[in-house]
Amino acid sequence: MDYQYTLLILLLPFLSFLVLGLFGKWMSHKVAGIIGTVSIGVVACLAFYTAYAYFGAGRDADGTFATELPYNFTWLPFYIGNLHFDMGIMLDPITVMMLIVITTVSLMVHIYSFGYMHGERGFQRYYAFLSLFTMSMLGLVVATNIFQMYMFWELVGVCSYLLIGFYYTTAPAVSASKKAFIVTRFADLGFLVGILIYGFYTGTFSFDFTVSGSVREFAGASFILPTALFLMFIGGAGKSAMFPLHIWLPDAMEGPTPVSALIHAATMVVAGVFQVARLFPLWITYAPETLHVVAWIGAFTAFYAAAVACAQSDIKRVLAFSTISQIAFMMVALGVCIPGEHAIIDNHGSLGYMASMYHLFTHAMFKATLFLCAGCIIHAVHSNEMSMMGGMRKYMPVTNITFLIATLAISGIPPFSGFFSKDEILAASFQYSPLMGWVMTGIAAMTAFYMFRVYYGIFWGTENKEYHEEIKAHGHLGEAPLVMTLPLILLTIITIFVGWTLPGTFGSYVSATGQAYVIHLDPKIAITSVVIAVASILLATWIYARSSQPVAERMKAAFPRLHEWAYRRFYIDEIYQFITHRIIFAYISRPLAWFDRHIVDGALNGLASGANGIGERIRPLQSGRVQQYAYVFFLGAVVLFFIMII
Amino acid sequence: MIQIEYFLIVAAVMMFAGIFGFLTRRSTLAILLSIELMLNATDINFAVFNRLMYPAGHEGYFFSLFSIAISAAESAIAIAIMINIYRQMKDISIDKLQKLKW
Amino acid sequence: MDSQNIMFIVLAVVITLSSVLTVVTRSIMRAATYLFFTLLGTAGLYFLMGYTFLGAVQVMVYAGGIIVLYVFAILLTRGTKDSLSENTKSKIILSAVLSLVGFGLAAYLIFIQQFKAEVLAAPNESVLTMQQIGTNMLSTDQGGYLLPFEAVSVLLLACIVAGLMIARKR
Repeated sequence: MDYQYTLLILLLPFLSFLVLGLFGKWMSHKVAGIIGTVSIGVVACLAFYTAYAYFGAGRDADGTFATELPYNFTWLPFYIGNLHFDMGIMLDPITVMMLIVITTVSLMVHIYSFGYMHGERGFQRYYAFLSLFTMSMLGLVVATNIFQMYMFWELVGVCSYLLIGFYYTTAPAVSASKKAFIVTRFADLGFLVGILIYGFYTGTFSFDFTVSGSVREFAGASFILPTALFLMFIGGAGKSAMFPLHIWLPDAMEGPTPVSALIHAATMVVAGVFQVARLFPLWITYAPETLHVVAWIGAFTAFYAAAVACAQSDIKRVLAFSTISQIAFMMVALGVCIPGEHAIIDNHGSLGYMASMYHLFTHAMFKATLFLCAGCIIHAVHSNEMSMMGGMRKYMPVTNITFLIATLAISGIPPFSGFFSKDEILAASFQYSPLMGWVMTGIAAMTAFYMFRVYYGIFWGTENKEYHEEIKAHGHLGEAPLVMTLPLILLTIITIFVGWTLPGTFGSYVSATGQAYVIHLDPKIAITSVVIAVASILLATWIYARSSQPVAERMKAAFPRLHEWAYRRFYIDEIYQFITHRIIFAYISRPLAWFDRHIVDGALNGLASGANGIGERIRPLQSGRVQQYAYVFFLGAVVLFFIMII
Repeated sequence: MIQIEYFLIVAAVMMFAGIFGFLTRRSTLAILLSIELMLNATDINFAVFNRLMYPAGHEGYFFSLFSIAISAAESAIAIAIMINIYRQMKDISIDKLQKLKW
Repeated sequence: MDSQNIMFIVLAVVITLSSVLTVVTRSIMRAATYLFFTLLGTAGLYFLMGYTFLGAVQVMVYAGGIIVLYVFAILLTRGTKDSLSENTKSKIILSAVLSLVGFGLAAYLIFIQQFKAEVLAAPNESVLTMQQIGTNMLSTDQGGYLLPFEAVSVLLLACIVAGLMIARKR
């Protein structure tokens, strides 16, 4: 079975990017959008066909799906040692799963953007960037080695920068895009250093850890490999917005909402999780303790983001913090994995791996739904603030239903997909330690609470009647066009059915060892989490569903400082601001700048003006007067003559 | 009894007169005349060395011959250039021809 | 003191005087005339050495061709007013010193050098006959000059073309 056509999955979006980017100026919006959407549609079909062919091809003798390498060529060989940078395409279960996630969400976003971006300036540019992003993200997941992954990793960072700054005429978008780029770039430094350390000591970049000797034993491996892996994790933490590198993601919501759905909810931000999952055999074999550090970082991030989400009033910010929290869940799931006998991966100890990938899959679907719903609402009321909404269920029934289902899914209510994946994460956490299990259960309850808070805030609660009348007076307040609601419905259908119609199936495709793993729900954990989630939902209903909210007001009055702190995101941004401006800029950058300006530049300027001065002095020698030259020439000849005679 | 030194002294006088002219003249045509003087001095030397030191050979002789031909060519081109410059600038003084100077 | 010596002295005086006058005279027209005398004197030296063909070429090409060309050019460019006096004194003095020092050195060198040369014998018609010259010019044997001959002919052609190109009216 060959998979030569998988190259098209990368080439088509790239081609579409080139066409739209170079010739988009001369296209109408419709043509540009259709080119972008059709190419993604074809890619999505190819991705689904690849998945069908791959999983349909059957298992090898050891019960795993074979890793396929349709393309792999040496791109940059080093002639010292065996180190070389390769480019290629690798297919294994998580890659194929990611292909489906990326192409599905990307296709939905492409269709949705027809409605959302209708009539915007730069429509063609928008589609060109979307295509480029899709290509980069697909390239990231099919990478055969860490270095290729890093290249595409940076490319998705660039696309993220470009798309956050899509409305580049507004100041917040510009500063948000810069912030996102700088923070992730800063984190990527760790990734790069990790790659270099890893490559230097192991002599390979390949993801193929199974080949004997690919990770050769060397002195100090027990220290160096965990260090390298943790450095790479810093890059992943930057992309996946782990505390304290999460600060860029909430601001990234300045971009168009479909972009937030695609990049900052479903695909790019899970790149960090994907990276850890990709290197999972290394983590579990060589650095299980470091992996648990990752788990605790994830747990703290999940808690922090959930706490902040409870107090935000901008619906996209709430969703952004919920994304951070959910990605942290995936990190926790990976982090709590424990090696089996003889440091060998087994499906029982590494249940979290499967849970993480499962949650990645379901989260991409329901979070994309949530963001696209938010987009519909913002499209209708022209504001992100919850105070401008309220009572929207009357105007937007389809959005209401889809948002509710996605909210139920993220809250972990059966039978929606989020329940199954979250339950696996909780099971894995309990397996690691009861403390971690209870912490994660608590955060899951917070998730249910804040998600229903935002749901009620939008669709029920206090309606901002004056504002809504004003909108109606100027035009239309109601459901978005079909081109926007259709993707919502499709994604919602996936969210409903991917959990309970296929119980046990996800584990049979994607698991730590590759062998089939039958998901079985632990009734104790399942019942506990459902009960707690329902309790939180009821609490949220009691507080926020009514048209006046005395409880919320009283709570805000009772704990003003806590609310203020949570609303200000616990001043993390201000701390960064303080550290960068007051400490780094003032005490490090400024002296360095002075040194640069006065000593380094001064030396160079001195050289330049010295050369200039000397030039001015000797310029008269080049007088351009032939007779003067001739005189010097003859004088020289006579002097030589004289010397030779003597 | 004409010795070779006498010829050489005459040629040297001619040569250094040419050098002096080259260094002092202002008109480019006068400078070309000085160059002709210098060329002529070398021609004499070629012929004299050939005739008085190696009478059996002909190298100096032919060298003089070719030198005359080449100096004729050089003068023709130089004069053409001078006439062209004169058309453009109405002056061929060497200290006025500085348009292409830095 | 035979006629040859007398001839040489006359030629040497003519050449020396007119070469100096060429470079010091005020009028450029006179300079050209003095150069003409110098070239004729040089031709006389060639005759004295028995190089009659070379002398003839000198008279025809230099004295007859080039000098006429210069005279025309001088007349065309109104360059008759060239004079030494417009130069700065220091320039003239420096140039004169340089030339005199150079001449002194050259003369010194000539006199200390013990040339193993013959003295010039009586004029001898058979030093180099026309036939020999022709044969040498067009042969490729040892002592043959076909290649430079052809090169010079190409050079002269290029010269004709270039002269026309540069000097023609546009």
